[in-house]
Amino acid sequence: MKVLVTVKRVPDPEAKLKVDPEGKGIVTQGLKFVVNPFDEIAIEEGLKMKEKHKAEVVLVSIGKKDSTEQLRTGLAMGADRAILVLTDDGADSEVVARILTKVYEMEKPDIVLMGKQAVDDDMNQAGQLLAEYLGIPQATFASKVELSADLKSAKVTREIDGGMETLEIQLPAVITADLRLNTPRYASLPGIMKAKTKPFKEIPAAELGVQVKPKVKILKLEEPPKRKGGIKVETVQELVLKLKNEAKVL
Amino acid sequence: MDFTLTEEQKALQDTARKFAREVMAPVARKHDETGEQPVEVLEKAFELGFLTEGIPAEYGGSGLSRLDSIILTEELGAGCAGMTTSMMATTLGLTPVVIGGSDEQKKRFLTPLTEKRSLAAFCLTEPEAGSDPLGSTTTVKKVGNDYVINGIKRFISNGAVSELYTVFATVDKSKGAKGFCALAVPKGTPGLSAGKEEDKLGHRASNTTEVIFEDCKVSADHMLGKEGDGFKIAMATLDRTRPAVAALAVGLARAAMEAAIEYSKLRKQFGMPIGMFQAIQFMIADMGMQIEAARLLTCLSAWLIDQGLKNSLQSSYAKCFASDVAMKATTDAVQIFGGYGYTKEYPVEKYMRDAKLLQIYEGTNEIQRVVIARELLKGI
Amino acid sequence: MGNILVIAEQSKGSLKKASLSAVTFAKSLAGKAGGEVHILVMGSGIDSVAKELAGCGAKKVWVADDPGLKDYLAPACAQVAAQVAKDCGASVVAATVTAMGKDLLPRVAAKLGAGMLSDIIDFVVEGGNIIFKRPVYAGSIVAHVSLESDLKVVSVRGTAFEAAKKDGAPAEISKVSVSVDPSQSKMKFVNFEEYKSVRPELTEASIVVSGGRGLKSAENFKIIEGLADLLGGAVGATRAAVDSGFCPNDLQVGQTGKVVAPTLYFAIAISGAIQHLAGMKDSKVIVAINKDPEAPIFQVADYGIVGDLFKAVPELVEEIKKAKA
Repeated sequence: MKVLVTVKRVPDPEAKLKVDPEGKGIVTQGLKFVVNPFDEIAIEEGLKMKEKHKAEVVLVSIGKKDSTEQLRTGLAMGADRAILVLTDDGADSEVVARILTKVYEMEKPDIVLMGKQAVDDDMNQAGQLLAEYLGIPQATFASKVELSADLKSAKVTREIDGGMETLEIQLPAVITADLRLNTPRYASLPGIMKAKTKPFKEIPAAELGVQVKPKVKILKLEEPPKRKGGIKVETVQELVLKLKNEAKVL
Repeated sequence: MDFTLTEEQKALQDTARKFAREVMAPVARKHDETGEQPVEVLEKAFELGFLTEGIPAEYGGSGLSRLDSIILTEELGAGCAGMTTSMMATTLGLTPVVIGGSDEQKKRFLTPLTEKRSLAAFCLTEPEAGSDPLGSTTTVKKVGNDYVINGIKRFISNGAVSELYTVFATVDKSKGAKGFCALAVPKGTPGLSAGKEEDKLGHRASNTTEVIFEDCKVSADHMLGKEGDGFKIAMATLDRTRPAVAALAVGLARAAMEAAIEYSKLRKQFGMPIGMFQAIQFMIADMGMQIEAARLLTCLSAWLIDQGLKNSLQSSYAKCFASDVAMKATTDAVQIFGGYGYTKEYPVEKYMRDAKLLQIYEGTNEIQRVVIARELLKGI
Repeated sequence: MGNILVIAEQSKGSLKKASLSAVTFAKSLAGKAGGEVHILVMGSGIDSVAKELAGCGAKKVWVADDPGLKDYLAPACAQVAAQVAKDCGASVVAATVTAMGKDLLPRVAAKLGAGMLSDIIDFVVEGGNIIFKRPVYAGSIVAHVSLESDLKVVSVRGTAFEAAKKDGAPAEISKVSVSVDPSQSKMKFVNFEEYKSVRPELTEASIVVSGGRGLKSAENFKIIEGLADLLGGAVGATRAAVDSGFCPNDLQVGQTGKVVAPTLYFAIAISGAIQHLAGMKDSKVIVAINKDPEAPIFQVADYGIVGDLFKAVPELVEEIKKAKA
């Protein structure tokens, strides 16, 4: 069984980001980059399938050479191999999904595991686009995945509005991971040492023959208007009075 | 001179930093208050290979270089000094075997420590022998094919909870250093027991006890090296592990500085964040430069070991300097937090209590200065 | 500029109020860029939903009513939606950001070869181009983006656009002929487990009372529920509170949970970490109760009380009862 897991390099979600002077990007000097937290959860789910069903876990990342760091983290966690599709141009969700389609054709995995969204652009599209391009089922926002005994289908529980929905999907399929699917393991020291010996392939994006260019153009980034400062009140009585008479919300 | 971390070192630093933030820090206060062994933390540390970092890979350990290990230890030190002491003391406790043991002894004593969560204890200090190790009164006597150990060790980290104890005893006090011996004593050996647990100012998550040897008998193949090798093994062990103490100090100081910086940005007095006042700025500036200097000294002392070069001077520099830096940084952090810093609700009072031990154990800073001066004034 | 197709959402024959935000967006876009607003709703036994939508001021409501669409499944719905988009001459397809909207819309975009933008909070039309605004990096930064694509698919944040009124003159309702055979699908709906609650839905409530880790237990969380019930509001929580098991995870407000912008938001024992702020900072009035005077939440709160919630909240309940009497 083979599982393909996507890995995106994103700025550390804990970092306070600043818009750069040109206003089209963020200041990256001194910024720490990590594996997209939802992708980490996807990697962990892949590793669980490796442990339970002897699945081969293949990681794929799309970006510049520095994404190597994040792929190594995934390898250190226990994945088997990594593919880095090198591209210098910004790729929007569509380009990403098109590239993944080509990687899918190369690898023919049973499941594509992806984080539900990347915490930099928060688009939440690539998994669904990929499923449509491939004409295969999707189960987004997964909080539980159970493979059938014959590994031909999966029961996926999803977090949706108002409750949890369970779908049964035939494989191959795309599953996107939500927060509560699992708790990703740390890379252990032996894992870190082993990571550098695992197969790592770099493929220039041009070689995959994806013709599509990004449609999303970022014109400007700005920090949202700051709320004007509020006040502290001493007593609950004062608060209620203000809510009633001043804010008029009670 | 290349100061960049390798990919593996960055990955190691990341995993350790996450571990410190997500596993150690959330329960640090609890274990500081109760003194309970942080079993879940140690279990996870074992799973990640932290506890066996001092055991060479061919014996089943993580086999980190000393430079790798101080990168690891700094991160852990920022999580909780006490828990890090337990882990670091394990490396300390097993290093005499690494340095003085035969291949067969390494397999016998070290490999089992890699198979399940295990701590180790370095038994040198005694009630009457701290800075002066040769004041030791623990004796070892050859009886047939065995050695019998008698004596009491004090202030032993992991004293009640170790799988392996390395103990230093003298076979003939009149021979001084040449009578000193190092032996490996596994848990469960009759005559080996732990005494009372110390109720300490800091590092309270770390188990510190007396270790008592009462006609403790081990077969002769538990002697590391020959009779009389003990002093050399002890000193080489301390040189090798002293950089880790310095790294712990750097991590602790850094945690205090980071907390102080964040607080200085948020806390407002006289209409502005207190970080705008020079008094606070100067304290933070001093923290920054001293921590960076301590870190570099620590890296140097570890790098020398990895190059196979003598590092006694540099490891003394590093330990003494870094622990003094940690004491100052943590004390200043409490000062910056003001009244809040004096309460247990904020982490800085614990940092300050934890820092004090770093100036005392693993060779007091007074002894470090004696050693340094002796080296620099050679020929006097 | 072609027409704008809004994909409305219904559940068990009831219109989801959130969809009305996408209608407002569509009408606003039509007003600025031209084109007519069409609405599509899919499901089974949804006549009454279609009639409701007909009063929203669209040109036409398209109804795909078929037993095969009783349970929402992305591939079938994407197929219907893409067909209707073509049939109604849409150059923009929009839906509100809901679990369904997020799941479905990209597949529609893929079928149409359209570019897609998620979580739109605002837009301007400049010289024939539409410039959209959307939050990035957990909402700490706002991006102005355009789509270089004749066909555009967008999901819009329900909190950014008021719900359209449903009392207009009824639009034409057109039936879409659908043939969906669920047995041919590689996906099957198994079941849905609803979180039972009589309170308003978090994203639809005009008052939200949220609790954080400082409540210390699920038992204590009842304090939050008490205040919410008194005000007829919804209950929210931080990730920390949900992870500690104080309440179910669909109450989580934040970057990775629900984004809400009610009229009144109570943040109780919530420190105000940026990930939580991302989910509620657009609330009209924010009240914070926290015993830490330096908690970041006070920087966004309109009114703050520094104090012990276990004293302040019961007091608040009493004062509100008095005020309402």
